[in-house]
Amino acid sequence: MKVTKQEYSNMADKASPGSKTWKNCLCAFLVGGLICTLGQLLFNVYRNAGLETVDARCAVSVTLVGAAALLTALGVYDNIGKFGGAGSLVPITGFSNAVVSPAIEFKAEGHIMGIGAKMFVIAGPVLVFGITASIVYGIIAFIFHLY
Amino acid sequence: MAQRLGRYTLKMEHMPSIQGYAAVVGKKEGEGPLGKQFDYIYEDTTLGESSWEKAESRLQTDAVNRALKKAGVQSSEIDYIFAGDLLNQCISSTFGLRSLDIPFLGQYGACSTMAQTLALSAILVETGAARRCVAVTSSHFCSAERQFRFPLEYGGQRTPTAQWTVTGSGAAIVGNTGNSPYISAVTVGRITDLGIKDANNMGAAMAPAAYSTLTDFLQDTGTKPSDYDLIVTGDLGEVGSTLLKELLQKDGVDLSKNHADCGLLIFDKENQDVHAGGSGCGCAGSVLCSYLLNRLKSGELNNVLFMATGALMSTTSSQQGESIPGVAHLIHLKSSL
Repeated sequence: MKVTKQEYSNMADKASPGSKTWKNCLCAFLVGGLICTLGQLLFNVYRNAGLETVDARCAVSVTLVGAAALLTALGVYDNIGKFGGAGSLVPITGFSNAVVSPAIEFKAEGHIMGIGAKMFVIAGPVLVFGITASIVYGIIAFIFHLY
Repeated sequence: MAQRLGRYTLKMEHMPSIQGYAAVVGKKEGEGPLGKQFDYIYEDTTLGESSWEKAESRLQTDAVNRALKKAGVQSSEIDYIFAGDLLNQCISSTFGLRSLDIPFLGQYGACSTMAQTLALSAILVETGAARRCVAVTSSHFCSAERQFRFPLEYGGQRTPTAQWTVTGSGAAIVGNTGNSPYISAVTVGRITDLGIKDANNMGAAMAPAAYSTLTDFLQDTGTKPSDYDLIVTGDLGEVGSTLLKELLQKDGVDLSKNHADCGLLIFDKENQDVHAGGSGCGCAGSVLCSYLLNRLKSGELNNVLFMATGALMSTTSSQQGESIPGVAHLIHLKSSL
């Protein structure tokens, strides 16, 4: 082989089309924004229905998670994700999709080793680092409140 | 007897015949440009089975049975079956073929498996160790996704260089007597690695292997690409095909006029949303055992180089940051003796 690894790496970079960053950002902004607007809408509805602010927030999360789980099961959410990218991945609906999709996929391996063991295969790392970050934040907040 | 030509090529003096062949595919492949060429198109990609693995196994069973029927032979008349797929421990092959009662040798060459199984079949038939062998491979989009990537309903995005695993299976019966097409020579490829690490860019990872095998064959035989009607690579896709041509261009070898790639033939890249093209053992397998062998049989093509390419990584090696070794095996096919 006459070509070195470095030369080939440059050739491969040139031959490989990159992601359409601007278009993807716009789609993510629109889809993410839409999901958040929907969340606000639900919040207002729950508040008007007489829920306290804290309870209304909780109800919004529950509704969005449930809706995303349903859309995942119906085979719709992956199409939203394909269009929206991070816009549908980052909100709580994306978390719901990340838990429900492996649960559906690995049902074939049984309820315990399939659904049970594989359900958090994608969301697991998010939980680990999310909880770790909140503990660190908690310690920082605690120290600052001492003074 | 097979005769060694140069360093890497085996010339088949008796030229084993491909007595029968068949390709069965899924719905998306059936909707592609080669739709009319396949023996059967499954509109339901589950094939009525309860798991994707079972569906893929069924594809292999069906492809082999159809190929046997077309060749007019019984499974008891087959001496060896060489089979492979992409799933862990090659379960599509073992489960799909367990009822056939044929001496079985499982193969793993990733997407190069069709050329690997065909090469072994040809060598055994040529040397007289077998009268008749079967070469078969399969892949299934859904079983490959769940093993290598994400669950089907996960809302992620695929990169522009990613390839779409073909749902399909191709089977060929290789025998010591029979009509066109014939296997004229075989070149077994060397593992080649130029350091590509992106598992979503397998075309780029495999192109150096295709380059090295084709260069070996051309050197061994003293021929040039223009001596052949068509040079078909397995599943380099858009990116890999470009890189293969560029690598050859550096040696002054021109492949721009008669090159085709199974990954680009099987799908309409623009309208079927497959990004850089098709991939998987079933890609080269189903394209060879339909479109290519049909054209050789009819005499439309006479002299073809079929070179299936494989990316030899696993999810473990990719997660551990290893680069992707590639391999390519070449089969020289002819329509006349």
